[in-house]
Amino acid sequence: MLEVEKLSSWYGEAQALHGVTLQVREGEVVTLVGRNGAGKTTLLRSLMGLHKQTEGRIELRGRDVSRLPAHRRARAGMGWVQDDRGIYATLTVEENLVLPPRVSDRAWSLDAVYDVFPVLADRRRAPGTTLSGGEQQMLAIARVLRTGASLLLLDEPSEGLAPVVVARIGQIIGQVKESGVGVLLIEQNVRFAATVADRHYLLAQGRIVDALDNDQFVARQQDLLEHLGI
Amino acid sequence: MSDVLQYTVQGLAAGSFYALAALGLAIIFGVLGVVNFAHGAFYMLGAVTAAVLLDTTEIGLWWALLVVPLLLFGFGVVVERLLVQWLLRLDPLYNFLLTFGLTLLLVDLVKRKYGVSGLPYERPEVLDGRFELLGVGLPKYQLFVLIFSIAVCLVVWLVMTRTRIGMIVRASTERPELARALGINVGRWVTPVFGFGVALAGLAGVLAAPFRAITADMGNDFIIILFAVVVIGGLGSIVGAVVGGFLVGLVEAFGQAYAPTYAQILIFVLMAAVVLVRPAGLFGREETA
Ligand SMILES: Nc1ncnc2c1ncn2[C@@H]1O[C@H](COP(=O)(O)OP(=O)(O)OP(=O)(O)O)[C@@H](O)[C@H]1O
Ligand SMILES: [Mg+2]
Repeated sequence: MLEVEKLSSWYGEAQALHGVTLQVREGEVVTLVGRNGAGKTTLLRSLMGLHKQTEGRIELRGRDVSRLPAHRRARAGMGWVQDDRGIYATLTVEENLVLPPRVSDRAWSLDAVYDVFPVLADRRRAPGTTLSGGEQQMLAIARVLRTGASLLLLDEPSEGLAPVVVARIGQIIGQVKESGVGVLLIEQNVRFAATVADRHYLLAQGRIVDALDNDQFVARQQDLLEHLGI
Repeated sequence: MSDVLQYTVQGLAAGSFYALAALGLAIIFGVLGVVNFAHGAFYMLGAVTAAVLLDTTEIGLWWALLVVPLLLFGFGVVVERLLVQWLLRLDPLYNFLLTFGLTLLLVDLVKRKYGVSGLPYERPEVLDGRFELLGVGLPKYQLFVLIFSIAVCLVVWLVMTRTRIGMIVRASTERPELARALGINVGRWVTPVFGFGVALAGLAGVLAAPFRAITADMGNDFIIILFAVVVIGGLGSIVGAVVGGFLVGLVEAFGQAYAPTYAQILIFVLMAAVVLVRPAGLFGREETA
C-alpha cells in the first residue's frame, strides 16, 4: 500500500535522507528504528508532504502522491501523528477529533471513538491540551482513525508514557492492523517494537541499513539496543 | 462621578475602532502570518469611502455600514491576490516593505484626489444629541458606536468558536502545518480571511467617519496605536485584540482628560508594562508565538 523509492531529503545543503526505499503492506505494522538524529522524523514529514526539499517516489495504494501537497496526501489516506502529538490548545477535545475531514468509508464515527476512548468522551468540551500526555496521545491517534486513513504514520507514540499507556497503544495498533490499515511506526523502545510489529527497518544517518522480520529482530535485540545506544 | 461615566463611554467608543481593526489584524496575522502595516490605510479608506458615498450618492451611514465593508472586502481580495500572496513565501522583512509601501501609495492617492483638508460627514439625526443615563448626558453617537461594535465583535466571536470555519481558522492559526497534514486546504481560506480582516478595518473607518477628521493621514496615528493594542492583547489572539482595543481606548480617554500631554505616552507605558510581565501579551500564547 505504501511504496517508497529512493527518497532523499535535504536541510539546505545538508542531506538528511539518502535514497530511502521501503514498503508497508495492508494490515502490516512496520517500525522504523534508529538513533536520535538518524532521520526518522524527517522521513515521516517527507512522506506527508511537509518537507519541501525532497526527491523520490512515494506511492500510496498504487497512486503516485509525491507531487501532491500535504492536505491532498491526507485526503489520499495518510494519517500523521507528529512527535509532539500535535493537539490543538485552542480547540476542544471534540473539535480536535472532528477537525480533519473524513477520507474513506473506514472512518470511525464519533460514537465509535468515544466507545474505545471513554476518557475522550468525558473531556470532550475541555481544551485539547488540558489532557494528560497519554490522553493526548490517544486523542492524536483517535483523530487520524476518525478520518478513515488507510496508512498511519506514527512518530514515537510511546515516548515519555507510562507502561500501561504504552500497552494500551499497543492494543490499539493491533486492532487497527486487524482492520487492514498499514502502520509505519517510529519506535525507540525496542521491546515495545518487538511486541507490535511485523517487520522493522533500521535507519542510520539517513540510510536504511537493515530490514528485519520480527524474529530476526527479537534475536538481535541485545545487539540492537547497543547499536541504538539506549 | 459623572465625568468618570462620560470618559468611560468616550474611551470605549474610541476603543471600538481599535477593537474592530485589531480583530481584523489578528485574524489576518493568525492565518497568513502577515503583519498588515496597511491596516491603518484600510481604516482610512473605509472613512473616505463612506464620505464619498454620502457626497456623491447620498448613501448615508446606515447603508455605508454594510456597503463599505463589502467594498473593502473586494478590495482586500484584489490586494491579496495581486500582492500579499507573494509574501507568504518570502522573508518576513518583505512583509513590512510591501504593506508599508502600500500604505504610502494609498495615502498619496487619496491626497491627490481629495486633498489634505478633512472631508465632511454628517451622521443621521437620530444619533445627534445626548442620551440621559444616571443623570449624565452621554453623546448618542458614542453609545451607538459602542453597542454596534460590541455586537460585531460578538458575532465574530460566535463564528470563531461555533462554526467549522472558525475552527479551521483557529487550527491554522495555531499550527498551520498540522492543519494541512490533517487534510485541510489552508490556502483556500487565505484570500477570504484577508478580505474579511480588511473589511473590519473599513468598518472601523465608517464608524469613525462622523467622529474623527476624515483625511488621508487619519490612518497614520491609528496604525501606531493599533500596534500597541495587538502587543497588549497578544498578536494573533482574537480575544486579546478586542480587550486590548477597549483598554487602550479607555487609557486614551482618561489620559486626555486628566493628563493631556501624557495621553499617548500612557498607552505605550501600558504596553511596556504588559510586555514586561507577559511578553506574549495578555492573551497571547507563548509556544506558538
Ligand atoms: N529544521 C532542521 N534544520 C536543519 N537540520 C535539521 C532540522 N531538523 C532536523 N535536522 C537534522 O536532520 C537530521 C535528522 O533529524 P530527524 O529529526 O529526522 O531525526 P530523528 O531520527 O527523528 O531523531 P529523534 O530520534 O531525535 O527524533 C539530524 O541530523 C538533524 O540534526
Ligand atoms: Mg524524531
